[in-house]
Amino acid sequence: MTALSDSLMLAAPELWLAVSALVLLLVGVFQGDRSYSTISWACVAVMVTAAALVANGASGIGFNGLFIVDAYAQFLKVVILAGSAATLIIAEPQVRRLGIARFEFPIVVLIATLGMLMMVSAGDLLSLYLGLELQSLSLYVLAAFHRDNARSTEAGLKYFVLGALSSGLLLYGVSLVYGFAGSTDFLRLQGVLVAEQAPSVGILFGLVFVMSGLVFKIAAVPFHMWTPDVYEGAPTPVTAFFAAAPKVAAMGLLVRVLSDAFPGLAEQWRQIIIVASVGSMALGAIAAINQQNIKRLLAYSSIGHVGYALLGVAAGTEAGIESVLVYMAIYMATTIGGFLCVMAMQRGGQAVEAIDDLAGLARRQPCIAFALAMIMFSMAGIPLLIGFVGKLFVFQAAIAAGLVIPAVLGVLASVIAAYYYLRIVKVMYFDEPAPAFDDMAHAPSSMVLALSAAFASPLGYLAIGPLAAAAALAAKSLLG
Amino acid sequence: MIIGLGHYLTVAAALFVLGVLGIFVNRKNVIIILMSIELILLSVNINLVAFSSHLHDMLGQVFAMFVLTVAAGEAAIGLAILVVYFRNRGSIAVEDINLMKG
Repeated sequence: MTALSDSLMLAAPELWLAVSALVLLLVGVFQGDRSYSTISWACVAVMVTAAALVANGASGIGFNGLFIVDAYAQFLKVVILAGSAATLIIAEPQVRRLGIARFEFPIVVLIATLGMLMMVSAGDLLSLYLGLELQSLSLYVLAAFHRDNARSTEAGLKYFVLGALSSGLLLYGVSLVYGFAGSTDFLRLQGVLVAEQAPSVGILFGLVFVMSGLVFKIAAVPFHMWTPDVYEGAPTPVTAFFAAAPKVAAMGLLVRVLSDAFPGLAEQWRQIIIVASVGSMALGAIAAINQQNIKRLLAYSSIGHVGYALLGVAAGTEAGIESVLVYMAIYMATTIGGFLCVMAMQRGGQAVEAIDDLAGLARRQPCIAFALAMIMFSMAGIPLLIGFVGKLFVFQAAIAAGLVIPAVLGVLASVIAAYYYLRIVKVMYFDEPAPAFDDMAHAPSSMVLALSAAFASPLGYLAIGPLAAAAALAAKSLLG
Repeated sequence: MIIGLGHYLTVAAALFVLGVLGIFVNRKNVIIILMSIELILLSVNINLVAFSSHLHDMLGQVFAMFVLTVAAGEAAIGLAILVVYFRNRGSIAVEDINLMKG
């Protein structure tokens, strides 16, 4: 009995999210769509409370090994909750303009967040699968949320078909690992695989299938093809959400599986991760050059960023995992700011998405232009901005682990990628002005944008000390 | 002939490959893709139950139950998305899903 109550205490933040989602759903059903604002802010409050519960919660293993809470899970959960709350806050004006301000929207985001928390706490292939599906099913619904719009529903359909296929690949791998290793518990799998001298072909097949499923969810090469289409088609607030918290959660899950369950096969999975990493960095750098649509451009840019983070995963050391955590946190904060600028691109109530529409923005709306310039410089990894620190951490960890060639390729890719980030800055500052955008008359959004830009600017160095310290603690708890 | 683990795994692998091919080769109808997804999940279930019986371990059967439940949810959401898509485009042919190229 005490074991059960201990487990329930460990899962308190998840239980709090689940119960709140159900209660808010009831409130929404009785109040109707006019309660959108109330429910959205209530969801933000629920996420903030959950983050406080996570930060003050105990660590341990609950539910017979299904559920792990350690400093690693806690770090990722706080980042995920912050990302989801921020995207909910900035979504409101755009969601209202598109006419999709239904009360279900924040609740589905809340449920997706619950799935992400489950993912980073998974201690067994069963809880991994359930967390991943809870998150993915919510995301399919969100992609098609603008249901009168052909592009949004097409994005939802594409995302659903390819997502379901990747879940199938993952599950097939899970069944093989279960059959050939005899367990689905991460720690027991670790024991079985370390004990075996040569891993059986069945387990290797299983590992490859599991990894392809997870690589799909983080949108790395060669399973990236859905990203540009889904990011372009989905409503912009939803795209901002997709690019932020779910990426962090899936990356956290991948690292957890590889270093908790399969450290015995590190030689094998490292090769796969290196190929995915170099491929993503190259594709993110080259394919984005020709894009005219800024949402597609940011989609390719996110593929590239995932490639850099994977380089830290391939290192596999404590420093490598620390660099992944720092990189993903920085990526998430700057991406939210970037998509916020995309949401600000409106003329006469109509959204515009072409890069040329940004022309001369610096003369019409210097604040937004400056914020976007900071974020683009940071994403490009220009020294003195926060994105540079993230890349530096990753490359240092990779070189320390002997991955010199992938790290050099990564530096080259980031130089190529700088071209299209700088092109946006050039269009904003040096081109003939296009007509001005509508004012961003939403104070909370302006605040989030200011925070994101300040974090991307050299001011972000104030935050890097505590961030790196927390990430180091998290990496230590995962490998220790 | 005794039907052993190998036979079950072969059937499951064949169903899995059929399902994956059904998604990529089929150029006609999205409903067929939904059926292929179900086929993949069912092949996984055959695997899980066969391994569970072979290892004398209940976990695989519990896992299969969870997979069935999630598959039901997945099919419901897939059909719902398909219905809203059909309302917008008036067609569910695979080759018409081309508003965004990629």
